[in-house]
Amino acid sequence: MVSIKDLHKKYGSQVVLNGLDLEIKEKGIIAVLGPNGSGKTTLIKSILGMVVPEKGEIELNGKSILHKWNYRQGLDYLPQIANFPGNLRVEELITMIKDLRNKTARDQQLIDFFGLHPYLDKKLNKLSGGTRQKVNLLLCFMFDSPLIILDEPTSGLDPVSLLRLRELIRTEKERGKTILITSHIMNFVEEMADRIVFLLDGKIYFDGTVSELKTSTGQFDFEHAIAHLLSEEHV
Amino acid sequence: MFKILKYSFFDLVRSSWSYVYFFFYLLLGTTLLFLNNNLSTAVITLMNVIIMLVPLIGTIFGVMYYYNSREFTELLLAQPVKRSSIFLGQYLGVAISLSLSLVIGLGLPFVAYGLFKSPAIWDFVMLLITGLFLTLIFSALAFNIALSNENKIKGFGFAILMWLFLAVIYDGLFLLSLVYFQEYPLDKFSLVATMFNPIDLSRILILLKLDISALLSYTGAVFKEFFGTPVGAFASLGMLVVWVILPLFRISRVVRRKDF
Repeated sequence: MVSIKDLHKKYGSQVVLNGLDLEIKEKGIIAVLGPNGSGKTTLIKSILGMVVPEKGEIELNGKSILHKWNYRQGLDYLPQIANFPGNLRVEELITMIKDLRNKTARDQQLIDFFGLHPYLDKKLNKLSGGTRQKVNLLLCFMFDSPLIILDEPTSGLDPVSLLRLRELIRTEKERGKTILITSHIMNFVEEMADRIVFLLDGKIYFDGTVSELKTSTGQFDFEHAIAHLLSEEHV
Repeated sequence: MFKILKYSFFDLVRSSWSYVYFFFYLLLGTTLLFLNNNLSTAVITLMNVIIMLVPLIGTIFGVMYYYNSREFTELLLAQPVKRSSIFLGQYLGVAISLSLSLVIGLGLPFVAYGLFKSPAIWDFVMLLITGLFLTLIFSALAFNIALSNENKIKGFGFAILMWLFLAVIYDGLFLLSLVYFQEYPLDKFSLVATMFNPIDLSRILILLKLDISALLSYTGAVFKEFFGTPVGAFASLGMLVVWVILPLFRISRVVRRKDF
């Protein structure tokens, strides 16, 4: 589905991605982990075409995506920070995105799911962080694309919404989608992810399942296993 | 692109700034008409104001809109939309809403005063055309500056400097060079130098249309000889078009390589 070869990116003198290779063939949930500044967001934004890599190739379903834009029709993205034009109402924003995509959307179903009815005619800059994240999730999930990219999907959500989100991600997985997630909430990752991709210094440092990670590091606990990965590097 | 243009335009039409700009022109037009009591002289006074203010407002508005719509841009970048369409759409949204404020704001008082029965109508139309060009040119330049500067303060600073340079400093340097090189024939030089500044170019176009080029003495004669002919008129209008296209071309080029 997604194939990344020898991806390089630097901002000024700071190297963020340093010859990264990643192959995602399977359906299911792939968690991209790594310490702050390890290149998770840059990797995601390269797939989205928001960041232009210096070198390397990204292919989606066998076609190169660099400098293209049409492929985003088959891709849903949840940005890390829910930034929306402030003077639009929630409903207007939904209509606008639907208009831009020109695709059938299941917005009503998701409005019910996240309980967004009371906020539909509110302006986006008047919403709380959590509600804004729900709108963000709704915009991301409403198009039913085969590839979903979630950058920190849990941020700002209350426990009930978090449960909802897990439920939603699981249903999407069962419907045969590929879901790429970054998160700092380790138990969320442990519970959801089928595959862990651990980035360090712009390269993939570990690639495997949660249990493989535990055995290879000799730790029983997922969080400790991740910590172990990091400490290995520094020793 | 037209969808982006539509949303940018609606967004701007709803913002209070467009109305401030519109009422400002309305007030300006009305006051000048009352003070001058004559359409033609009001047009001349208006020219002096427009030549300076339209570029300034276009610049500030362009930079401000670019920085304020970052969130909107980020949202759009993840959608299946071409990059250049996003930015050109936003640019046109700004330029068109500014142009509408200008045309309606100035048009209303002049029409109410009896513009359609007056011989000054073509002078006024010329004034509006150059105003529109200046809006298109300076908001495009402003977008260029904002695109190249992530830092808002820097972006604003450069944009204001650009305006100051083209509106004031350029003329100063131009004059100085005329004085310094006065022993040499300078007709060609001054013609070319005028072409390279959209503000000067607009001023000359309006002055010639108003037929007060006698004020410009010898240079005025040279200018009239050139700009007064069809060739000259086309050349100068063409130059204004180039001034619009070049910044737009750069926008679409910069945007292709930029990271968000």
